[in-house]
Amino acid sequence: MIEGILIGLSTALTLTNLVMVLMGCLVGTFIGMLPGLGPMSAIALMIPIAASLEPSAGIILMAAVYYGAIFGGSTSSILINAPGVASTVATSFDGYPLAKQGKAGKALAIAAYSSFSGGVIAAIFLLIAAPSLAYVSLSFQSTDYFALMVLGLSAVAAFAGKGNVVKALLMTVVGLMLSTVGTDQTQGVQRFTFGALDLLDGISFLLLVMATFALSEALLAILKPKTDADRLREMEAQRNLGSMAVSKAEVGEMAPVIGRSSVIGFLIGVLPGAGATIASFLAYGMEQRLAGPTKGAAFGHGSVRGLSAPETANNAAATGSFVPLLTLGIPGSGTTAIMLGALIGYGIQPGPRLYIDQPDVFWSVIVSMWIGNIILLILNLPLIPYIARVLAIPGQILLPLIIFFSLIGVYFVSFNTFDIHLMIWFAIAAVILRLLDFPMAPMILGFILGAMMEENLRRALLINNDSWSFLWERPLTAGILALAAVVLIAPVLLGALRRRRA
Amino acid sequence: MRYAPRLRSVALAAAAALTIAAGMARADGQQVVERIHFLIPGGAGGGWDGTARGAGEALTKSGLVGKATFENMSGGGGGKAIAHLIEVGDPGTLMVNSTPIVIRSLQRVFPQNFRDLTLVAGIIGDYAALVSNAGSEIKAFADLHAAYNADPRAVAIGGGSVAGGMDHLVAALVMKGVGANPTEVKYIPYDAGGKAMAGLLSGEIRALSTGFSEAVDLASQGLVNILCVTAAERLAEFPDYPTCKESGSDAEFVNWRGFFATPGLPAETRAKYIEAFEKMYDTPEWETVRARNGWVNIFKPGDDFGTFLEHQEQQIGDLMRELGFL
Repeated sequence: MIEGILIGLSTALTLTNLVMVLMGCLVGTFIGMLPGLGPMSAIALMIPIAASLEPSAGIILMAAVYYGAIFGGSTSSILINAPGVASTVATSFDGYPLAKQGKAGKALAIAAYSSFSGGVIAAIFLLIAAPSLAYVSLSFQSTDYFALMVLGLSAVAAFAGKGNVVKALLMTVVGLMLSTVGTDQTQGVQRFTFGALDLLDGISFLLLVMATFALSEALLAILKPKTDADRLREMEAQRNLGSMAVSKAEVGEMAPVIGRSSVIGFLIGVLPGAGATIASFLAYGMEQRLAGPTKGAAFGHGSVRGLSAPETANNAAATGSFVPLLTLGIPGSGTTAIMLGALIGYGIQPGPRLYIDQPDVFWSVIVSMWIGNIILLILNLPLIPYIARVLAIPGQILLPLIIFFSLIGVYFVSFNTFDIHLMIWFAIAAVILRLLDFPMAPMILGFILGAMMEENLRRALLINNDSWSFLWERPLTAGILALAAVVLIAPVLLGALRRRRA
Repeated sequence: MRYAPRLRSVALAAAAALTIAAGMARADGQQVVERIHFLIPGGAGGGWDGTARGAGEALTKSGLVGKATFENMSGGGGGKAIAHLIEVGDPGTLMVNSTPIVIRSLQRVFPQNFRDLTLVAGIIGDYAALVSNAGSEIKAFADLHAAYNADPRAVAIGGGSVAGGMDHLVAALVMKGVGANPTEVKYIPYDAGGKAMAGLLSGEIRALSTGFSEAVDLASQGLVNILCVTAAERLAEFPDYPTCKESGSDAEFVNWRGFFATPGLPAETRAKYIEAFEKMYDTPEWETVRARNGWVNIFKPGDDFGTFLEHQEQQIGDLMRELGFL
């Protein structure tokens, strides 16, 4: 292994490759910041450039762009509540409130530290355990994925504020309902398309999240005129916008969160059917539970832990998804699918033999992950104060920009004007719901997990000839479901106990 | 909910646009068509997009076509672009499409079918294959057939398309070829080829219906067995993999991609397009694009394309009726 690391280091540390890392991180960060463009688009953009380079330089460039884009994506979630990719939705839950409180610089710094730690720790796991974990990742069947989605959904309570549980559940159901629009996977039947051709492929995640998060946020800001007191408070807040100071106590709080979230993120990322989004939700839900009632209540209102957990987990999961890619040649996510395409373009076929046949490729990918993460941190920390100042742009300029970029981001993916109409209607509905204190996060959670949950459940039922017995007969499934039950019931029981004592 | 393929598309579009721009510099005396406007019925980044932009790249770089422009128009499973092609009637526009145009017009997703358009040429294809987990007891197609005969309900065959979609039809077609009742073939849909492959390796399904190009590399690494390929003869590049025909099933299937023009296109214009594509196959520029994407050349120009499509429509239509999807 030491020999491998040395091979990787000697490949990665040449001047060309370091330039690639630098360029990749910069370009990636910039692309990732644009709402609607995520790591996947960033990597795809790099393919023509990478194709003209030699394999290891090309891969290093793509890995750097990848990490840059993940970091950039968190930026738009935190600053303008516009998570361009599903895996940064959970980042916006506490990142955006922090930014609103005038702590944008700090929030970005925490995100950067967490991403960095998640990526680096997960790369160590990858190094040690990749070959053996590959086969573990294959032990997950549809029934287990179904159980995993249930566990993820049981985290919904984490997104509900006090007294809001019913509203959160209602919004989850709305999300589940929206996820059923389109051609049904199992039967090929159209559901809730009302004969509209444009709904045949369902509602895209990007459209929904841009409409209900970024667009509705901008519309709300226009609807609620600011009082003079607001303005004063804002001016006060903006003075410290760029400050990145994280207190010692906060570092102490973050450290264990980062440790736990890296592990959970990496393990979930290794599963080809799960991915960074579920990892970030699970880490967020878990930390909220572990934080206890007082600190847990701060989640969603700018909690340091609540920001750190999903940021660590999604980066660790992104690294974890390289396990099935490199060792089995199976892409678990859209991003790794593009990576696979690029690798094949170089004549490199990832699979069990990659490790043996082309060790330099294998090791330089892993080493480039470390270098990418380090350079990213060095590069971005000095930029944070400037990036954070985006929020100092006056509303009458910033808000139209946000609206413009949200609409254009969605349109440029589908090139279908129908999507813009749909988006506006969703945004209006979201504004009304938010004025009535309905939370949007559970809806997105229901939307993302609902589709996967339904798909896996129905697939499992098909395979098992419509028998439900797999729910208790398969130990892995039963175990995860039991965990979900504990997660749901434990807070209720603990609360009852506490009340009795009091 | 399908955000993954859509997201990556923007970028691929931009990427491809870059390549095209770079390729426009050269144009020597062999220009056949002045310019082609490619209409792509899906968002950027998918198979249609790759085909149009890949062909455009080879045609312009080799100088066969002076200038290529591209327009993405998604919606209605391709129906929107078909309607647009007919309505505008521009002879300079070519629309890319593939096997789904046949399937979707049978399903009446859109009212038109390929007969409403001018058929230019089918240019590339990918054969389908049935594969099994290398660790399973199913080593050859005969094993799968035997397991199916023992209990059809215990033989789950997966694929990366919806029920009634291409992978399902291929699985049904191959099993029908050995006398099975296609409605009894237990098809398990996954939302992407990669996930279906993971499902096969997890052992939850017994076999997988997939594109040959997606399976061949994993087979060479010993992860999966290729049970049979839906080509008429063994592929020259991969003589080790048996065809479904020699395994006892008469199933033949190719997932083609090709180009269509507006109805009523003058015959000489169509001949020019066909000439450009025919000459394209011999250029190193096309070979680069083809090899990069692992495509198989199948040249079916003009009326041959029509005969081929009619045959495929018959084949798929019969099967879909039998399966109850029509």
